[in-house]
Amino acid sequence: MNILVCGKVIPASSVTIELDPSTKRMVRRGVAHELDPAAASAVEEGLRLTEKHGGAVTLITMGISDATIGIRNALAMGAASAVHILDDAVAGSDTLGTAKLLAAAIAKQEFDLVICATESSDSYSGIVPGQIAHLLGLPPVTFAKEISVEASRVTIKRQSETGYEVVEASLPALVTVTSGINEPRYPQLKGIMAAKKKEIKLYTAAELGVPLDQVGERGAKERVLTVGRPPKRQAGRIVVDQGDGGKQIADFLAEIKVI
Amino acid sequence: MADLIWVYAEILDDKITTTTLEMLAKAAQAGTAEAVLLGPAPAEAAATLARHGASKIYRSADPVYAEYLTLPAADTVAALIQKYRPAAMLFASSYAGRDVVSNLSARLDCGAITDVSDFVLKDGQVEATIPALGGSYQNTATIENQGTKLLVVRPKSFEPKVNEQPVAIEEVPAATGDALRRVRRKETVVVKREGPQLEGAKTIVSGGRGLKGEENFAMLKELADLLDGAVGATRAAVDAGWVPYAMQIGQTGKTVKPDLYIACGISGAVQHLSGMKTSKYIISINKDPDAPLFQYSDFGVVGDVFKVIPQLIEELRKRKRGA
Repeated sequence: MNILVCGKVIPASSVTIELDPSTKRMVRRGVAHELDPAAASAVEEGLRLTEKHGGAVTLITMGISDATIGIRNALAMGAASAVHILDDAVAGSDTLGTAKLLAAAIAKQEFDLVICATESSDSYSGIVPGQIAHLLGLPPVTFAKEISVEASRVTIKRQSETGYEVVEASLPALVTVTSGINEPRYPQLKGIMAAKKKEIKLYTAAELGVPLDQVGERGAKERVLTVGRPPKRQAGRIVVDQGDGGKQIADFLAEIKVI
Repeated sequence: MADLIWVYAEILDDKITTTTLEMLAKAAQAGTAEAVLLGPAPAEAAATLARHGASKIYRSADPVYAEYLTLPAADTVAALIQKYRPAAMLFASSYAGRDVVSNLSARLDCGAITDVSDFVLKDGQVEATIPALGGSYQNTATIENQGTKLLVVRPKSFEPKVNEQPVAIEEVPAATGDALRRVRRKETVVVKREGPQLEGAKTIVSGGRGLKGEENFAMLKELADLLDGAVGATRAAVDAGWVPYAMQIGQTGKTVKPDLYIACGISGAVQHLSGMKTSKYIISINKDPDAPLFQYSDFGVVGDVFKVIPQLIEELRKRKRGA
């Protein structure tokens, strides 16, 4: 079973992500990057399925050259190879532009299953996977908190507001996984060494056959107009507990008439 | 002529969802509100939509929409959009809302704006307010297309409003064809939740990594009970397996807006803040004086949650007894 995992490499969790007021985009250059933890869960899920059913996992990502560090991480975890859409012309793509590029890259591979995180941990739009599924004509099997594959069917437990639903579709399909579906493995030294020899295929938009007027800043329909900061909340009273912290909170609750 | 604004209506627990009603209030204020309601629904659903501002409802009660996810609904909505060309259509950032809108945005090649907390329509253009990066920024965004603007709206962005309208109901033909029956819902499992629910709670007591383990949530439950509140948690506490996902507050969990939010052992990652920072009063208890959540708190105690909370519980009991 061949599994493609679409995942992002994003500014590391130690970085406070900022927006550049001139480009109105996230500042991605010059900051430490890592494999999005949400993407790591998707890779982990792919690896567990291939360990059970055979086959290989390929990571597909789009991003600047700094993304290599995160790609290597996925390869060190056990992904067999990676595809990297690396092209200055795609900077500033909106969700649909991104989905078109990823869909075109997916279409060049052999696969039974595509796994994505439900959303990336930096921009959280959460609509790219559904767009990819539509562009490729794959059934969208979303918000999985558990996946199983049997014969040519995928069955998931789908997160719901009140519990979960059992949802199934025929392969090939696209599945999105929720955070917490698993604990991604840490790469071991052997995996890290092996990752250095694994192939990372590079593509430009032109090589993928995606018209340049549909991607990047130029093709973006979604456009940020202004970048600003929300009004600050008035700072409150902060006290250091001197043994009466609980009592002080009770006093505050009385003050705001909760008790 | 007022802009036509559609709302994708959803049902949960046999009722129209609160977010649906919130979106209707905004749609009715910004233009002419109409709703699309697909799948089996309780008898009073249409009346509820009308009472909250919908002047027309596009309706099919066909079970295909309940049995098969996303594709039948997206197919029907796409056909309706092409026929009536509303200026905008609003979807909740719920599971079903996100699934349908992502499909539509690709199918109609029109894109979508997500995480919308407010918007204005002017001369066929939309300007949406987006709390970006977990709310550390507040941006405005537009979508440059000729057709319907698809907006994914954050819960709790608007107040539901009773706004009775004479309502027209248009029965729409149900989606047909095997191509749309590809993602089947075999079974729905309701996981029983105990105690008051986060949705609608006036007081929420919430715990994070600083709670150190599942067993310590009992202390929060005790505090919440004394305040007639519900218990919530951060993603860290949920991912650690201490409490179920239904309790998660934040970007990938629930958005809440209680009168009082008591954050216990929560540092205040932007993802958590985005789900609770519009609460009326915020109290936090954390041993780290630099915890970002203190900047959003009306009252904060730098201290050990395992000392401060038991004392608070004791104090509330004492005051209840009138001592």
